[in-house]
Amino acid sequence: MNKTIKNADEAIKDIGDNVTIMLGGFGLCGIPENCITALVKKGVKGLTCISNNAGVDDFGIGLMLKTRQVKKMISSYVGENAEFERQLLSGELEVELIPQGTLATRCLAAGYGMPAVYTPAGVGTEVAIGKESRMFMVEGEEKEFLMEMAFDADFAIVKAWKGDRHGNLIFHETARNFNPMMAMAGKITIAEVEELVEAGELEPDQVHTPGIYVHRIFQGSNYEKRIEQRTVRKK
Amino acid sequence: MLDKVGIAKRIAKEIKDGYYVNLGIGIPTLVANYIPKGINVVLQSENGLLGMGPFPFEGEEDSDLINAGKQTITTVPGSAFFDSAMSFGMIRSRKVDLTILGAMEVADNGDIANWKIPGKMVKGMGGAMDLVASAKNIIVAMQHVNKAGESKLLPKCELPLTGVRCVKKIVTELAVLDVTPEGFKLLERAPGVSVEQIKNATGGRLIIEGDVPEMVID
Repeated sequence: MNKTIKNADEAIKDIGDNVTIMLGGFGLCGIPENCITALVKKGVKGLTCISNNAGVDDFGIGLMLKTRQVKKMISSYVGENAEFERQLLSGELEVELIPQGTLATRCLAAGYGMPAVYTPAGVGTEVAIGKESRMFMVEGEEKEFLMEMAFDADFAIVKAWKGDRHGNLIFHETARNFNPMMAMAGKITIAEVEELVEAGELEPDQVHTPGIYVHRIFQGSNYEKRIEQRTVRKK
Repeated sequence: MLDKVGIAKRIAKEIKDGYYVNLGIGIPTLVANYIPKGINVVLQSENGLLGMGPFPFEGEEDSDLINAGKQTITTVPGSAFFDSAMSFGMIRSRKVDLTILGAMEVADNGDIANWKIPGKMVKGMGGAMDLVASAKNIIVAMQHVNKAGESKLLPKCELPLTGVRCVKKIVTELAVLDVTPEGFKLLERAPGVSVEQIKNATGGRLIIEGDVPEMVID
């Protein structure tokens, strides 16, 4: 298999207006920087983005918000982005806030071929409104669970540390986050990696995402890997 | 009355040997600094780490290594990384022994609100709804009253809920309270705080039995 492509522009060439895209990352950690830049350059509009966060004002998905390319965000936490909050409160941007574990599990369900999953997160809150629920016995007690549907995304764009031409991926530290399950969940999955290696160079035991889930892979460039909250202690 | 560090120190005393603990953002993060010496505790960060260590030394920050508050951190020996689905899998399946988080309001039946102020603040629930829906034990670190002096320990939450009937214990600047079927049970007073002050600052049902001891903090 050779899924290698040249760059981010080629990776997103068939992403048009009004599609649903998953974007990996937690905060600014493990986000597909190259593809976001390419999407901004291409100027596609009306996007529905599924991503845990919405970047910051001048980085990550924040760049696509600034250019008004995003119609709807599906996220769990968007607190670091003033432009996002402004567009949301003014009604310019549609937003669906969902619990973080639910977000992860709805990706996982898609990648595992399960139409729905049950979770207790959000029972009794406004997240439960309009959702089917049912009771299950848990540790000897009746407990209510919400039925949450698998995501249906046209594209998933993830960022990995290393990958090979088969699309096998290895992630690094907490930059793994949502990337593996989003990689499994896209109809078309695009992976940008810091280092693209020859087949055989990744230890099969160490592969996090098997290449079968990945359709296109390229080695990214000029990673900024911006730190959102720099916290240190003195030596 | 306790300051934020005092609240963190008091909560740290609830952490037992062998616990896996998830710490929320704000005061709960400070708790890590006061975990009793000589016990084994593993900190879970829901973005995908067991074995969270202290902040890195200056110049050793790693952009791939952050906690759920997006702060740069380190790992301790024996730590493990995993993805977000597994992270909430271990939370949902109740492998995490203790969750410590902040709140805007708690009701006397254990309901909690901490993610949204309609029309004002929209930040999202992050992992809080998953955590409160599944945690075996939830301790809330919060201010007893808001800036206007109104109680945040209420008969019923006014803000949109994060979870229902889930909070077990609350530590505020004034008191330590358990959430029981009959309401908030006053367990300890903060240094220099009277039972009367706590009564006045508590909106929900408050149970006071006998002499309420003053808390001991190192």
